[in-house]
This record gives sequence, C-alpha cells and structure tokens, in this order.
Amino acid sequence: MGAINGVGAAPLRKEDLRFLTGRGNYVADIKRPNMAFGVFLRSPHAHARLNGIDAKAALAAPGALAVLTGEDVAADGLGSLPCGWGIVGKDGQPMKEPPFPLMAQGKVRFVGDIVAFVIADTLDEARAAAELVEVDYEPLPAVVGVLDAIAPGAPQLFDEAPGNLCCDWALGDEAATEAAFAKAAHVAKLSLTNNRLIGNPMEPRAALAEYNPGTGHYTLHSTSQFPHVVRWLMSALVLKIPEQKVRVVAPDVGGGFGVKQFLYGEEAIITWAARKVGVPVKWVAERQEGFVSDRHGRDHVTEAELALDETGKFLGFRVHTLANMGGYLSTFGPNIPTNLYAPLLSGVYTTPAIYCNVKVVFTNTVPVDAYRGAGRPEATFLVERIVDVAAAEMGIDCVELRRRNMIPASAFPYQTPVLVEYDSGDPVACLDKAQENADVAGFAARKAASAANGKLRGLGYSTYVEACGLAPSRMAGRLGARGGLYESATVRVHPTGQITVLIGTHNHGQGHETTFAQIVSERLGVPFDSVDVVYGDTDRVQFGMGTYGSRSLVVGGSALNKASDKVIVKGKKIAAHLLEAGERDIEFEAGVFSVAGTDRRKTFAEIAGAAYVPHDYPLEVLEPGLEEQAYYDPVNFTYPGGAHICEVEIDPDTGVVKIERYTGVDDVGTVINPMIVEGQLHGGVVQGIGQALCEAAVYDVETGQLVSGSLMDYCMPRADTSPRMDVSTHSTPCAHTPLGVKGCGEVGTIGSPAAVMNAVVDALAHLGVTHVDMPATPNRIWRVIQNATLPRAAE
Amino acid sequence: MKIAFKLNGRSKTVDVPPATLVCDLLRENLGLTGTHVGCDTSQCGACVVLLDGEAVKSCTLIAPALEGKVLTTIEGLAKGDKLHPMQEAFHLNHGLQCGFCTPGMVMTAIDFASHNPAPSEEETRAALEGNICRCTGYQNIVKSVMAGAAAMAAEETAAA
Ligand code: FES
Ligand code: FES
Repeated sequence: MGAINGVGAAPLRKEDLRFLTGRGNYVADIKRPNMAFGVFLRSPHAHARLNGIDAKAALAAPGALAVLTGEDVAADGLGSLPCGWGIVGKDGQPMKEPPFPLMAQGKVRFVGDIVAFVIADTLDEARAAAELVEVDYEPLPAVVGVLDAIAPGAPQLFDEAPGNLCCDWALGDEAATEAAFAKAAHVAKLSLTNNRLIGNPMEPRAALAEYNPGTGHYTLHSTSQFPHVVRWLMSALVLKIPEQKVRVVAPDVGGGFGVKQFLYGEEAIITWAARKVGVPVKWVAERQEGFVSDRHGRDHVTEAELALDETGKFLGFRVHTLANMGGYLSTFGPNIPTNLYAPLLSGVYTTPAIYCNVKVVFTNTVPVDAYRGAGRPEATFLVERIVDVAAAEMGIDCVELRRRNMIPASAFPYQTPVLVEYDSGDPVACLDKAQENADVAGFAARKAASAANGKLRGLGYSTYVEACGLAPSRMAGRLGARGGLYESATVRVHPTGQITVLIGTHNHGQGHETTFAQIVSERLGVPFDSVDVVYGDTDRVQFGMGTYGSRSLVVGGSALNKASDKVIVKGKKIAAHLLEAGERDIEFEAGVFSVAGTDRRKTFAEIAGAAYVPHDYPLEVLEPGLEEQAYYDPVNFTYPGGAHICEVEIDPDTGVVKIERYTGVDDVGTVINPMIVEGQLHGGVVQGIGQALCEAAVYDVETGQLVSGSLMDYCMPRADTSPRMDVSTHSTPCAHTPLGVKGCGEVGTIGSPAAVMNAVVDALAHLGVTHVDMPATPNRIWRVIQNATLPRAAE
Repeated sequence: MKIAFKLNGRSKTVDVPPATLVCDLLRENLGLTGTHVGCDTSQCGACVVLLDGEAVKSCTLIAPALEGKVLTTIEGLAKGDKLHPMQEAFHLNHGLQCGFCTPGMVMTAIDFASHNPAPSEEETRAALEGNICRCTGYQNIVKSVMAGAAAMAAEETAAA
C-alpha cells in the first residue's frame, strides 16, 4: 500500500511518465481510418471587401472533398462566435457587439481571418487545392493601432461601431478622484504602452472532428482548455445541434496560457464539415498560422496620473486606457481590459480614490483576448511603474514610497475603491523577505563592480496583488459574464476503495493529476497512488468551466474538497450501520471510520466494499455505491500577491539587458505541492520577462501585415537568455477557499514585467531616463542610451 | 524510395517519397508520435531526434538522410520499465510541465551530456538554446540536464 501524500508534500508528478517516454496523446497524434485533412484559407489582407470566392478549380483538384466558405455558413443558418461577456459603457449602453462569423462574410477584418475551409484526402492535396481557390478581394484601408483607430477619418471596421469604439467603459468614483487631485502636493504622470503579445504554447492548435450518421453523434478532439464550454457554446449557439450528441475531448494539451480557452471558429467549422464530407477531418495549425489566428494578448495605450500628498501618500489615481480588441470580439475579449484590469489598480496600496476609463477599440488585427495574467499584468505594470516615477520625481526612495502606502497585514480584509475586497495578504512581509533573499544590501557594491566594468546595473521592484480564481458567478454576472464560473468535481470510489476523480478543469502542464490526487489522498486517507484524475472529456466528466484565470485549484480544488466531504458523510452513515453505532458517534480520520472512544473501526476500503456489496447495508435509508459530486462557486476572487525584485546589468555599447538576479516572494495561499508551485512561478516569471525584454507582436501600420509572424521574428525567452530565479512563498491562507489556496498560475507573469522594467529604468536613471516601453530589446535600449547621452542638435 | 536504417535498435526499411521529412515519417508513417512538431521555421526543437547519436531537428531532415544510420527517438530511450537516466532526471527535477517540448529537450540533452559529463549551468543553457519551452522557465530543465549528465556519466563509469 502506497503512502498518503497530502497538502504540503511534493510527490513527483503522475503525468510525467507518458510525456517522458513519448506516450503523450496530443490532438495532432490522433488518427482515424479514412481521415481527411482540412486547411484553412486565410485572408492575406488586413481589411478588404470579399467580392466572391471561386472554388471550381480547387474542387476539381486531386483528392479534394469540399471547399466551404462563409456563404455555406450562412446558407446553413449557423450562428456566429458568441462573446461570453457583455460589458456596459459608462453611459449605460451595452457594448457594440458586431457578429463574428465563422468564416468571413462580406469583409475580412484581419490578416488571418478565415475565408474558406478546404478538405481533401491528404494534407498535401488539401494544401494544393487551397492554392487553387480564387478569392476576389477589394482591399480597403486598414488600421492596426488604437490611437489611429479612434482618430477621425480612420478606416471603419463595422457600421454598427462608429469610430471603431466597442465600448467606453469606466470604473471608480470620478468626482472623488478629481477632488483628490485638487489637494495633491505632487502629481506624477506616465504614458505607456503595454505591448501586444502572442501566447505561443509550444503545441500548435489542432482539431479532429467525426460524425456518426448512425447515432447523430459528433466527436471533436480539440486543443482546448475548456472542452465543456466549447461543447455548450458550439452546439447551442453556433451549430445548433443537440448538446447531448456532441462530445468534446481535449486530451493532452501542450500548454495553453489562455490561447486555448476560447471557442474558435476552427472548432465549429471542422465539426460541421465532418458531417458534410462524411469522413473524419483533421486540422493541425502551422506555427505561422497560429501567429495570425491564435488570439493575441495585452495591447494597451495608457495615460495615467497619480496624486500624492507632500509625504508621498497616494491620494488618487486616474487612468485612461485604450485597449485593442482586434477585428472581432473573442470569447472573453471585452472582459479582459475592463473587469480584469481596473479592479487591480489599487495594487497593494491604500489609494483612496481611483478612476479608470477604458475605451475598447476595434482594429484590423487578430482578436485580442486573455493571455496568462490577462488584464492584471497590464494593471500591475502601470501601478508599479508610476509608483517608481512618483518616487523619482519626489526624491523619495521607491521602496520607502511603497512602504508608506502599503496595506498593512492588520488591515485585511481590505476594501479597495475599485470593487474588490482583498480577503487576506501581507505585502509588507513579502517585501521584507524578498529584499533579504535578493541581498539588496549588497546591491551598491555590485553596482560599483558593474560600473568598473563599464556596465550599468539597476534594481527594480514590483510589489503586486492580483485577482484570480475566476470567479464568483454572482459577481461575474453583475460585471457582464453570460455564464457562471463555478467548477464541478466527482469523487468516484471504486469497490476496492481506489478512486477516480472526474473534474471539470483541464490539465495542460499544471500538474493537476498530482495536486488533485494529493487533496483526495489527504482528505480521504487513501494512498496517493490509488487516486487517478480524469478531465478533458465531456463524455466522462459531468461538467466544467475549464482552466484559466488561475482557477483550477481555487475553484476546482474546492469542488473536489467538497465532494470529498460528501464521501465522508456517506461513509459515516455506512460505518454507523456496520458498527452499530449512531452516525454522530462515527469519527473519520486518516482513512479509518471508528466509533468514538472505542476500538471499533472500519477502513475506508471496507466501507467502499460494503457500498458496492450491500449485503449488510442500510438499504432503506441509503443508496448503494460511493460516488459524490459537488459544484463549487467561490464567494470572492482570491488575491495572490507578492514582491519581485529584479537586478539587471546593461551593456551600454550593445543595449543588451541581462538579468543578473531575480527574486520573487509570492503569497499564493496554502501550498499543496511546493515543487509544482515553484515550477508554475518559474514559468510565469519567464513569460513576464519575455514581455519585458523581447516579445512584441508588431503590425505594419500601412498594410496591417503581422511583421513578427514567425518564431524567427517573434522573440521568445530561451534557456540561454533566461535567468536563474530565486522564488519562494510567504503564504497567508485565503480566508474563503476551504483549502486556503489562492492560485499560482499567473502570479509570475503578473509580477515580473514591472520588476524588470523598473530595474532597466533604474540602471539608466542617471542619464535622465524616466520610462522605457516594453520590450527592452537591445535596439531600443541602445537608442534610449544614445538619445540620452548624445548632445541634441538643437541644443 | 526505399530507405534502410536502424530505428530504436531495430532494422527498418521504409518506402517513401524522397522529400518526406523525418518528423512526418516518424509521426505519420511509423506511428511514433513522441517526436513533436512545434514550428515551421526550425526554431523550436520539439522535433529533435538522435541520428548516430547526434541531436538533429527532424523537421529539417529528409528521409534519405537516414540511409544506413541509427535513429533514436524518445520512444527508444527506456529499457523496458527502466527510464534512461536523462528521462529519470527530468522526472526527479520537475523538468517538464505540458510535456510538449520534452522529447526534444531530452534528446538534445542526451547528445550534449554524452560529450559533457559535468556541464556548468552556463554551458547547459547554451546547449539548450535551440529548444523552446514555454512552460517551465527553463530553470528545472537546466537542473534536470545537469543531473542527467551526472547520472549518465555515473552509469558509464559503472558499466566500464
Ligand atoms: S518542429 Fe520546430 S524545430 Fe523542428
Ligand atoms: S513543458 Fe510545455 S513547452 Fe516545455
């Protein structure tokens, strides 16, 4: 019998073996007899009228089975891709919500917009046939940046969204903020952009759809973070087919980061197409196709002002942001730069008055949606950058300024002026510990040593908080969510006492098979090896909202905990009968049911056996079997936070920024598996460093072409450009989740960009540099240094 | 075109068009889907296999290059239930999350470690430069590779 591995233990991962031996089961690995292959024909234009598609030659090509277009979509009466959030503008008007057709109808609105789906017997034949599809485009002027998009005379994407404005949204007390600024001793101002990113999970998106005419069942294998939601939205709103006849399977998925948490047109098109052509159809995105079709992230332009009194106390914070939505509204699109952004603008500070206005804007670019952190990295970067700007302007040390304004541990729960109430946290302790771990005391000497080598060294801080564990349904509903954000879990106890967990979250790197098994191992006192976790298949798992927003452990883990409670309750009833005692006298601990104060006992396995062989069993009052399901809807968001400290060294001759030290102390609440948490923090931090130092989705302003459209052009962190990190946790348990957990999937990505950029600015501060936009590429930094050091022609 | 080579310890002859990429040959013709394809510009390293012991990107290798050679894929590393020391090191050091980059990482690491029994962190990071991982932030991969190199060297010594 194996060991119990519970909360706080670090058993090695159950999922590793299959991946290490090449036995993973990713969508691209799956084959079906008679399978055909599909290729999406995508718009090469950022904006064009679609005057017609001639598929005759393509259909005559060898192996060609079908060419489907927007006209077929319309003829079959299919719905458009639904947006899951309906936000409301500050004038009370709902956002403009133009339809997002499965395939372009009338117009294409971004490079990569789907124009046709070409299916043939083999992939090569499908590609060749796609080449023969003649599309009559009438190019239109395009607009890719938010500032250009709202300018008068800008090309218009939709008639129903004048000025390309989707929504003019606001949060906070404008008048109170105004009043705060009126009494300010100092106002710090900052204009910045938050660079557009492309998530690029290493596994490209893929799908395989089948239709069984004998039963009317559809099966879709898809690289999805939320298969049940795909099934729901796709069957009910898009394809209009019975939900119970659709099975969506998301098997092993090679990373998500948000990119795979949307209902994509490709998923619905291929499912619909499989029925039309009568054979299974498979599609695997090429990487460059992913660049122009995976939803992008971030892309803000912001003006912000922070009002301070003469002692440096924050009085008010005013933010105006333009958020790029791209060419259509994706599943969570409008929620990200509004509800997941503005409520975080209080940061870890006691700022009493905050007002944030966000204009959500359409452009001729790939739709923008959630990418790891989603809204919260943008908020954190802004807050933590302007704090440094204010500190420099007022001549107060940036750490001292932070400390003067931090919410003390004693003030939790803390109600911010922007909607959210932080239940727990201790930002000061995180900062103390991070300063110690980062050897801040030794920084001056290291800086001097760098200077002696002709290098510039800087130290940067980010003390942050985020909101995750999406989400309390009631609150989400008030904010415009059209669905709920609970999670479900089933604990299926087999007759042997071994257990299968069926859970609605999706594991694509997070180690759920291990962490969730630990929870059950601890709660039910069963060996860790006796618990298997099943997810990602709508035919096996009852329901689920999937994995995103650091919600799996927070919401799914809580559902699992609740289902475990129910198993114990039922087990006690069975035990009471078997042990001839009152139910109240039964105690359960470490896998044993016993009568209090006696040595009469039954093991968990004995109770499970009795439940399935109910010879001696209270059948009049209790059903046989031992399987319990629970749905859990959180009462609040969770608020992980922490302090990150980054130390960089810049080579002024090349502009190369090297991260010399990176220290993070994060409060993620109770830690179930420290090994996995550490891995999540590492990965998150490096993704944030990617945003800070090298990643940027760049569009050509004239043509709307994605210039950074391949792994050759879009720089991602690699082993030799990533630092060694020192991450640790300082946990205050969450006050409202049963396990005390807060979530850890996104904290690294949220906390790190500001720490890196504050370090970069610190290294260049002596040159008069006060802000540098991300990414801090060698080219950009070299120019900043040249600009700051060369005498100006006019001077 | 007929091509004869050794695949994971067994002789193999295939008959495929000469332009067939080795990654496609493995995945589509031979059912060995452990070798992954993560890009179309030879940048990610998810497809790395060992050709005569040398790490190569199978997405940029055509089938005729296999003639007479020894090809090892991720499926061919373990001996029965016993993992290769590098696989074991990735498991022990949490060197993988979603697992998609893992086969390429492990293959690259084995080639590297076979020439570097005790690599430094810097050498290890440089050696992994052609393999992208989006999940782990590399720290535990680097740790795994260094531990795996030591374990490989120890195994070699024991065998000698
Ligand atoms: S598939 Fe990316 S390098 Fe081969
Ligand atoms: S483990 Fe997911 S890409 Fe490396």
